[in-house]
Amino acid sequence: MQDRLDSHPAKARSRTYQEHRTVESVDALCALRNRIARIEGLRPQDAPIHAPLGVDSLDHALGGGLARGRLHELFAAEVADGPGASGFAAMLARLALSPTAPLLWLRQEEAERGGGGLSASGLAQIGIDPARLVLLVLPDPVMLLRAAADVVRCSSVGAAVIELWKQPRALDLTASRRLAVAAEESGVTTLMLRVDAQASPSAAHTRWQIAAAPSAALEADAPGHPAFAIELLRQRGRPGGGRWRLEWDRERARFGEAALPGLVVPAAAGGPEAATLRA
Amino acid sequence: MWFPLLPADRRRRRFGPDAPPTAFVEKQRGAIRVVALDRQALRLGLAPGLTLADARARVPELAAVDHDPHADRLWLERIADGCDRWTPMVALDPSDGVTLDITGCVEGFLVHAKKSVRPERVEEERQGFDRLSPNGEMFGSETALAADIEQRLSTAGLTLRLALAGTPEAAQALARFQSLPAVDEGQAIRRLPVAALGQEDEAETALRRAGLKTIGDLADRPPAPLAARFGEGLVDALDRLLGRTDSRISPRRALPALLLERRFAEPVARTDDALAVLDDLAHEAAIALEERHGGGRCFVGRLYRSDGAVREVSIETGLPTRDPAIPVRLFRERIDALADPIDPGFGFDMIRLAVPAIEPLAATQLKLEGGRVAEEAMAALVDRLSTRLGRNRVRRFAPQGTHIPEQQALALPAVDLPDPAPWPLPPAGEPPLRPLHLFDPPQRIEVTAEVPDGPPRRFRWRRTVHEIARFEGPERIAGEWWRVRVNRLPDPPPSVLREKPGRDAMACDEAEASDRTDAPPKGKPLLTRDYFRVEDVRGRRFWLFRHGLYEHETGSPDWYVHGLFA
Repeated sequence: MQDRLDSHPAKARSRTYQEHRTVESVDALCALRNRIARIEGLRPQDAPIHAPLGVDSLDHALGGGLARGRLHELFAAEVADGPGASGFAAMLARLALSPTAPLLWLRQEEAERGGGGLSASGLAQIGIDPARLVLLVLPDPVMLLRAAADVVRCSSVGAAVIELWKQPRALDLTASRRLAVAAEESGVTTLMLRVDAQASPSAAHTRWQIAAAPSAALEADAPGHPAFAIELLRQRGRPGGGRWRLEWDRERARFGEAALPGLVVPAAAGGPEAATLRA
Repeated sequence: MWFPLLPADRRRRRFGPDAPPTAFVEKQRGAIRVVALDRQALRLGLAPGLTLADARARVPELAAVDHDPHADRLWLERIADGCDRWTPMVALDPSDGVTLDITGCVEGFLVHAKKSVRPERVEEERQGFDRLSPNGEMFGSETALAADIEQRLSTAGLTLRLALAGTPEAAQALARFQSLPAVDEGQAIRRLPVAALGQEDEAETALRRAGLKTIGDLADRPPAPLAARFGEGLVDALDRLLGRTDSRISPRRALPALLLERRFAEPVARTDDALAVLDDLAHEAAIALEERHGGGRCFVGRLYRSDGAVREVSIETGLPTRDPAIPVRLFRERIDALADPIDPGFGFDMIRLAVPAIEPLAATQLKLEGGRVAEEAMAALVDRLSTRLGRNRVRRFAPQGTHIPEQQALALPAVDLPDPAPWPLPPAGEPPLRPLHLFDPPQRIEVTAEVPDGPPRRFRWRRTVHEIARFEGPERIAGEWWRVRVNRLPDPPPSVLREKPGRDAMACDEAEASDRTDAPPKGKPLLTRDYFRVEDVRGRRFWLFRHGLYEHETGSPDWYVHGLFA
């Protein structure tokens, strides 16, 4: 599929755009070089640019990190893991974003009611500047997917989080393929966040399952940094599978490996974290 | 312009012409009285003010319909919208009239007609739009303009009387009360009955008893005795009517900063053609805006249908713009997204484009690395989404200067906040102290704690019991007492407060505060909240608070979950 797309002139153009976007500090010289490359019709390499997550084994499994300009699916393990999954999506977006690029978050009204509204100060505490965020709250999944297609097509968007609750009929293979192709062409890192949903065939580059995990306690047994138990369900072109425990480090904007909390994991909790412990 | 049979006209338009004599009735002081009548009923000798029973006795086949002033008002507003085509200065004359200020409009139309015939139009004609070219519909004089108004409105099925005069009050009075033609405006006004002054019934009767029957009788008298006898209001009304004081109408809409229009001899019957005209007007607007070094953030297109209906399409952009392609694309988006599509009917015979306000917009220098381009592309995306989905669906956060968690950020329409300031960074090394998701209002939970003012042990939320493994807190957040103090000033019950010490005074505060509209949810802003950051055994993190200090503010504090951490 890659080879076929390469011959497309729009593909070459968007690729340079994407490279342009990867300039972490807005380095005029680098950007200029990109523009010249575009004018001369040079085509950079096809492989997606990876943003390392920070944990070596995970980055290795992913072939370097989170692929930018691709569609990724994040499933909350249970409804109660919804905030965890949405936090994880925000963190991935933070990883993939250049410091000035805007982040768009598309939600349903249902999610606003059931899961609580997105809080600006909470985002700031994760490391995302709320000033860069544009929030779209839409009444139904059809409208949301339509808006999402528009958003993902716009190459000046840094990352887009598409939050869909339940199993909307509008989200089929065609819709996800449309998003995946748009993301590849525009270079927008697209995170499809699914809560209260079952995985179905899709064109996503990677698929994850996310659950909250007990954090490493701070002083006086206070809850610590956000920790997650994640599972890579599948990925395109590479073997899937594997579980990790991650802890978010806001200052470095990277994940670290979470220490196993020896104390309070109940034997009864049969969720992914228990499985991770066994693994 | 006066519409004497407004309710009847509205009803006939809706239900067709052949109906029995109709009376519009309303319950007044215990009796059902006739408020308005249609033409047939008037011809049969009925008059407003009769009770329905009396009227029925005289005309047995009389149909009675509830009087609906609200619908009449809406109908009048629609008529006023249609009147926009003659002048932008349109005012409602309450209940059944519309006043137009046509000062300068006659000349204005002439100038406009001349201006629009420009060489640029040739291209348009080549594209087969020659029927769109202006037909030079000009109003040679005010009378011709009035005739045009009369003809159009009566075609629309309205009974109207219109009058031209130097002041709005004179025109309103002449339209309503003039019975015989007069030599000139002055004479006509002097012949009007005193009722034209629009005074109370008592004042009118007093005037008539004093032998003052027409305006002319009053006009020559010195104002001081009149004021002493009948009140200042009468003299004011008289002065305005006679044009002795300068009175103006206050138009329904503010005049836009830039207004462009195109009139057609043959109505445009396709929406696509109408859009092409808007495109053309947008190009003209771009030229005008460039001359003024400005740009518009709002563009309003108004389509005037030949039968008098008006359709308005307005779009907004986040950044001021004068690039004609942007408004045109947004107009197209908006029209595509309309729930009820635009119905051209028999076609539009006038199309207008207005820019309500012009904001400064200097020519920009493109950055070498394309930063400005990316910014503009983003602004265009936000505009497009706001236009299609509705401006309130696309939001950005604006920080607020308050410590109440749910009020710290407002999600405002993104088109209003094109360039928000960056937020302060949280302190390094701390875990997130504020949740990612915030419930508004907070959700009530059942909490088990060891002591009433101690930390929570376990809680039940959404039918699930969560065992708390670790917590941090309390973080105490008190209400905004200074706001309450300010709001309490107008109606202070200080004696009550002084007499009831302690808890009662607090309760009193709460009751008052709960009346405020900007109060945080649950209407008890003065209670202190003790927030706990807790994590349950499965690693889910919550933000709970206890509402009220135990034994100081409340006997049994309630618990709420306010947010969820990642």
